[in-house]
Amino acid sequence: MPRTTALPRRGPLRPAPLASRSGALHPGAWWLWALGLGTAASRTTNPLLLGLLIAVAGYVVAARRTSAPWARSYGAFVRLGLAVLGIRLLFAVVLGSPIPGSHVLLTLPEAPLPDWAQGVRIGGRVTAEGLVFAAYDGLKLATLLICVGAANALASPFRLLKSLPGALYEVGVAVVVAMTFAPQLIADIGRLRAARRLRGRPDKGLRGLLQVGLPVLEGALERSVALAAAMDARGFGRTTPVSAALRRTTGALTLGGLLLVCTGTYGLLTEDGSGYAPPLLGAGVAAVLAGLRLGGRRSPRTRYRPDVWGARAWLVAASGAAVAAVMIWAGSAYTEALRPGVVPLVAPELPVWPAAGILLGLLPALVAPVPPPAQRPGRTPEPEAEPAATGSAAPRRDRLRPAPADPHTPEQPPGAEEFT
Amino acid sequence: MIRFEEVSVTYDGSDRPALAGADFTVPEGELVLLVGPSGAGKSTLLGAVGGLVPHFTGGTLRGRVTVAGRDTRTHKPRELSDAVGTVGQDPLAHFVTDTVEDELAYGMESLGLAPAVMRRRVEETLDLLGLAPLRDRPLGTLSGGQQQRVAIGSVLTPHPRALVLDEPTSALDPAAAEEVLAVLQRLVHDLGTTVLMAEHRLERVVQYADQVLLLPGRGEPPVLGDPAALMARSPVFPPVVGLGRLAGWSPLPLTVRAARRRAAELRGRLAHRSPPADNGRADRASSGAEEGPSAEGPGTTGSGAAASSGAGAGATGSAAPRSVASGSAASGPGTAGPGAVRPGAAGPDTRRSDKKAPAPAPVAVVRGLGVRRGRVEALRGVDLTVRPGETVALMGRNGAGKSTLLSALVGLLAPTAGTVHVQGLVPHRTAPRQLLGHVGLVPQEPRDLLYADTVAAECAAADRDAAAAPGSCRDLVTRLLPGIGDGTHPRDLSEGQRLVLALAVILTARPPLLLLDEPTRGLDYAAKSRLAGILRELAAEGHALVLATHDVELAAEIAHRVVILAEGESVADGPTAEIVVSSPSFAPQVTKILAPQQWLTVAQVEEALT
Repeated sequence: MPRTTALPRRGPLRPAPLASRSGALHPGAWWLWALGLGTAASRTTNPLLLGLLIAVAGYVVAARRTSAPWARSYGAFVRLGLAVLGIRLLFAVVLGSPIPGSHVLLTLPEAPLPDWAQGVRIGGRVTAEGLVFAAYDGLKLATLLICVGAANALASPFRLLKSLPGALYEVGVAVVVAMTFAPQLIADIGRLRAARRLRGRPDKGLRGLLQVGLPVLEGALERSVALAAAMDARGFGRTTPVSAALRRTTGALTLGGLLLVCTGTYGLLTEDGSGYAPPLLGAGVAAVLAGLRLGGRRSPRTRYRPDVWGARAWLVAASGAAVAAVMIWAGSAYTEALRPGVVPLVAPELPVWPAAGILLGLLPALVAPVPPPAQRPGRTPEPEAEPAATGSAAPRRDRLRPAPADPHTPEQPPGAEEFT
Repeated sequence: MIRFEEVSVTYDGSDRPALAGADFTVPEGELVLLVGPSGAGKSTLLGAVGGLVPHFTGGTLRGRVTVAGRDTRTHKPRELSDAVGTVGQDPLAHFVTDTVEDELAYGMESLGLAPAVMRRRVEETLDLLGLAPLRDRPLGTLSGGQQQRVAIGSVLTPHPRALVLDEPTSALDPAAAEEVLAVLQRLVHDLGTTVLMAEHRLERVVQYADQVLLLPGRGEPPVLGDPAALMARSPVFPPVVGLGRLAGWSPLPLTVRAARRRAAELRGRLAHRSPPADNGRADRASSGAEEGPSAEGPGTTGSGAAASSGAGAGATGSAAPRSVASGSAASGPGTAGPGAVRPGAAGPDTRRSDKKAPAPAPVAVVRGLGVRRGRVEALRGVDLTVRPGETVALMGRNGAGKSTLLSALVGLLAPTAGTVHVQGLVPHRTAPRQLLGHVGLVPQEPRDLLYADTVAAECAAADRDAAAAPGSCRDLVTRLLPGIGDGTHPRDLSEGQRLVLALAVILTARPPLLLLDEPTRGLDYAAKSRLAGILRELAAEGHALVLATHDVELAAEIAHRVVILAEGESVADGPTAEIVVSSPSFAPQVTKILAPQQWLTVAQVEEALT
């Protein structure tokens, strides 16, 4: 069943289609795109370029993310990035900075340290140069995090795991199960802390949290046993008999391949190994891949509607690669502009061509399929009800409804919250 | 289709078999209902069909179980997955993937079906179960009925010949249960699937069964036979059967419709009698009140404090410390001497019978309550007043706001609008320890309340929490349900016993207001009627009870008042008889059968006839 996401052929450019299950972009494409942006970010400390990268990632996320639960992780990544920036600045203030600077902003009282702690300083002079350097550095890290967050928000982690080779399937299932357990665990903790309050014990504080630990773990254990039973009853772990020869070949290929990969990597890292290392590495990777492929034969599994790598996926991945390539090229052509000096302090300037290159990263906002407007009133025939068990307001997918007018519409309008 | 030959199952570390002498055949294309009290081995029997017993649970299985010709001894559960599909009570525990469509495909992927076949079957199943509009939805965002339908669909796609369901509708509200049962009906009638199903709520399912498989008790051999014939001797039976037995109808009617046709004569006999005032609870309540002296109760604390402080909600400051003081001063229920009788104990019923007396000060007053969780308005403008000795049933769909209202009453949630006062206290601003003596909630999962390793330790902890005399909680447990051993782990108790233990833990602090969230979930009829008796007694002692429940029969039996919530608003509030009789979905079976006469329970009818 070859199914590709065909681009409109000739004629007037048609807008990107609504994303459906079969037209959905391959999650790997989103990750490649985000990695491309991340690579670009790692090549520069220019705050203008980094800001541009963040803006590009943010725009694409706003334009193309779905209303699925994982799509909300973007906001968390943005906050994490800001926290990293803040911590980096705090360190620069408290611990000082190796950057020599003449613009002293303030002088903190310096803590005397013993001799063996030479080179470590607490307090002391805080220079503008040091702070600016730390801010550039922190911004770079934050941009990297935001790029990862963008990939996380745009690509379903479950689907990505589904694209793993068959032999790694069990690992993928374990990860998926762990990912679904985490929110349940948090719900459990909330419920049990509420129950502590019902027993008349304080529900706040660390002690309260610790005392619910055991029941929470007990509950998680029971749930995993129930899930294991359900999975077993639904055919998980069925195997087809394979010949002993095939089994042995698989083992030899995988093991040998891994050995080769190790040797090759070692060779690459040592000075004199650059001659034999690349072919060894290549052979190792090939052997491992062959081993995985043969190993997949033991499992009779088939895949339901696997994601297809179509023309749009190529475009999205290519746009990320292009951004990375432009910045790598600019690294030699615009050395000055990409790493604006801090001693002496100069205002960073925006180099035109690298900036234009970064804008290539906006391509997915045009070509990627548009997430469908989620359930409007009337499209879901049955009245929705909260899951009774938790009683908590589980986040729903339906959005685009007037917010608090109806108790069954807990979803915010797209991107309203995370961008503020 | 499903064949048991002299099967017995003994779990490791147990000397008695959990299931013995099972020898029957479930013919193809039938819906067989497995009936029996809790602990009779229903789950064991169901697990044995899919091979989970003993492959997954351990234990020893003697005899032979064959499904579609395959012996479960030689086939592991995973090798039976295309012959039998198993669905449990909690669909969330069953899901492996994240969206509806993937979940439906999961079983087929494991079997290695061709992609084209999978695609076709998923589409068919989406239509068959009415899930098409939900196909891309994450599973966690579905309602209970939808989740249960997806769980059924997910085992249907490999086209099993038999379907095994363990309490598929127990956790669902009546409408969601109808959804699921309609789907099962369709599978049996249109596709010829064999269905073996266990369910406590017989009033929902017994009419759909082609045959009933009766497990009379632990270790007793199951009997397969005609539903009407077996219901005549079953220890568990729905109200319609209870009425039929009372009236001596034979064969027993299983549906409201069949019973109504037979009921003309009974209605005639009842015509000149009327249901006892106050739902026939007055005399029962007074008999309960005789126990007042021995069980010196929270009612004394509550109404005493409220009465002395005079004006309920206004006099908050004085009411709170005094009632706490009297609570800690009073000795445990078992030890209180006969001198401890106070007017409060027998109060509510005498007051209710004498209309001229001023109504007692309310225990809880809720005015214009609104609660928002995120963007969801879980409650909006709810008013509720609960008086001592009164039992109020909150009913309504899942997600209508019942649990939220209870949480607000016990201070787990802060109101976003309006006020909540329990004996003048504002629950969410009161320290848990202080609140304990005023209001207690038994949550939906009673196990959440229990932390200790043994019943004795749990009781000791409860005494400490409530600052009650040592042994108070243990005495309560013994009084409510004798026969719970001190050294038992709370996990090893049955659902009903666990509920009673949690109830005793909460009652140790003698709260005048007692809240229960879905207390009958997972209880069989015997445990349920015991619970009803306990609650009735507590109400007679002067406790105010508020219970959130889907169980119309329980509400009919014990509630004085019913409040129906819908979409976070209170849409009906009145005496049980009035509210319940007029409602098609909340009317108990006896009411439906004997309408237009206003009888609610079999016990009422029985009383009137004798």
